[in-house]
Amino acid sequence: MKITQISIFLENRKGRLSDVCSLLGANDVNIRALTVAETESFGVLRIVVDKSDAAIKLLHDNHFVANFTDVVAIEVPDKPGGLASILKILSDNDVNIEYMYGFVEKFSDKALLVMRFEDTDFAQQILAKHNIRVVAEKDIKGL
Amino acid sequence: MIWREDVECASPADLKALQSGYLKKLIPYIYHNCPVYKQKLDAAGVKPDRIKSIDDIKRLPFTTKEDMRDYYPYGLFSAPQEQIKEIHVSSGTTGNPTLVGYTKDDLKLWGDVMARVLGCAGAVPGDTIQIAYGYGLFTGGLGFHYGALEMGLRIIPTSSGQTARQLKLMQDFKTKIIACTPSYVLYMAEEAKELGVDPAKGNWKIGIFGAEPWSEAMRREIESIWNMLATDVYGLSEIIGPGVAQECHHKDGLHIFSDVFYPEVINPKTGEEVPEGEDGELTITTLTKQGIPLIRYGTRDVVSIRYEKCRCGRTSPRISKIKGRTDDMIVVRGINVFPSQIEHVLIGIKGTQPHYQIIVDRQAHKLDEVEVLVEVEQRFFSDEIKRLNEIRDKIRKEIENVLSIGVKVTLVEPKTIERSVGKSKRIIDKRAL
Repeated sequence: MKITQISIFLENRKGRLSDVCSLLGANDVNIRALTVAETESFGVLRIVVDKSDAAIKLLHDNHFVANFTDVVAIEVPDKPGGLASILKILSDNDVNIEYMYGFVEKFSDKALLVMRFEDTDFAQQILAKHNIRVVAEKDIKGL
Repeated sequence: MIWREDVECASPADLKALQSGYLKKLIPYIYHNCPVYKQKLDAAGVKPDRIKSIDDIKRLPFTTKEDMRDYYPYGLFSAPQEQIKEIHVSSGTTGNPTLVGYTKDDLKLWGDVMARVLGCAGAVPGDTIQIAYGYGLFTGGLGFHYGALEMGLRIIPTSSGQTARQLKLMQDFKTKIIACTPSYVLYMAEEAKELGVDPAKGNWKIGIFGAEPWSEAMRREIESIWNMLATDVYGLSEIIGPGVAQECHHKDGLHIFSDVFYPEVINPKTGEEVPEGEDGELTITTLTKQGIPLIRYGTRDVVSIRYEKCRCGRTSPRISKIKGRTDDMIVVRGINVFPSQIEHVLIGIKGTQPHYQIIVDRQAHKLDEVEVLVEVEQRFFSDEIKRLNEIRDKIRKEIENVLSIGVKVTLVEPKTIERSVGKSKRIIDKRAL
């Protein structure tokens, strides 16, 4: 089960991150998970929000370059070695992760991680085969 | 020394007679050998046998940089290809480069005018010259080379770059004359200090600097750091390369070799000559060239001209330093750069009219740096940094390919580059020239 991430291009300029967050906040969009990938001159803000269609329209209307990216939200045992056990399964099955980051909130007693795979469909098959629980879009909305 | 006293110091009447004689031969020559010019002259209603004097030049049509591009490669040649002995190219505005082809006599002419340049700067036969202009398709290196051969100088053909070696050779071979771009000689001074060499102490006496605009302030700086006379040379490949005009030691305007390169300073709006001393576009007719003779070629360089005799004895008119351009060309490290070239690359990659800005900067005594800002578009945006870097690198490589100089490309957010119909915002030139 895929969920939708919004990726936004940001220059490394003072206040740009704040601009995006203020815009979303003022329009009642709640950010559930967030990470910033940065280079010396620009960054890509990646967020998972409760209302992604409304959010992307808002961003485009305000001249941000932003797109949807399919990611997978995975439940990871919140204990030492919890993430390692899942990464080992992925690695043993040649599933490549482009990047990953954590949710702020928890859905259960397990930690929630966003993973962007090179091949999302293949990754999902492997996850399903190994009974690793992934979270659905509607679950995110209910968080 | 005055290399060609017969022409450089000729009386105005003798000069005019010489120019008239050349023009009378030139017009029938191009009319009968170059179909493009035949058409241009016919369209202007010019009968070649009616051209009797240099004053008749005002009846002739202009030639533009667009003509160079549109009739590339062979359209503007008057001489057959088997007589062309050397080809050089420089950057065009888009697509086609600007091309120049020399016959054997053209190369002889080039050697002659470049020997005049060297003499005007103060060289005498037997002097050692280090030529640190690029050798190759760029006309700088070979132009100086031919002039130095003609005058009988000892040549160190270092070409550009490899600064530490330049400095070593300058010292070991007691270079008296250095020829390069003005920004490079300042950069070289910086390197010299790092290597423990005092640029003020050496055998160098004369610098001949050109291929890019530079100011009186830069001249004072070069002269004080290097303890040498810094002179300005002017030329463009379409006319011959370097060798069109040169300052003498009075540094009071550049003597233009008007017996062979007839100058007019034209108001680009009206096509009329401006009064003496007023600014306009330098327009040149090559009176004796055979390969690609050009009639009233608009250089797009803004200058003023004076006809009074110089204290050095030369009667040839003097043009001012370049005061500006009639187009948006900039010169970076001696290379001509047109924003349209960069635009062309971006259209090729992105498929739409791109929003971009070119920033040229020069840290004190460093080489020029070019940064191109390109707005990210929805279509090529990716959530992955590596994809964005790939696009940035592709843009950078293609621009570098076209311009032949290194650039930095920076991706910026949409709508951050100021929208303007004018050309001025395309380029931010931060250099203190």
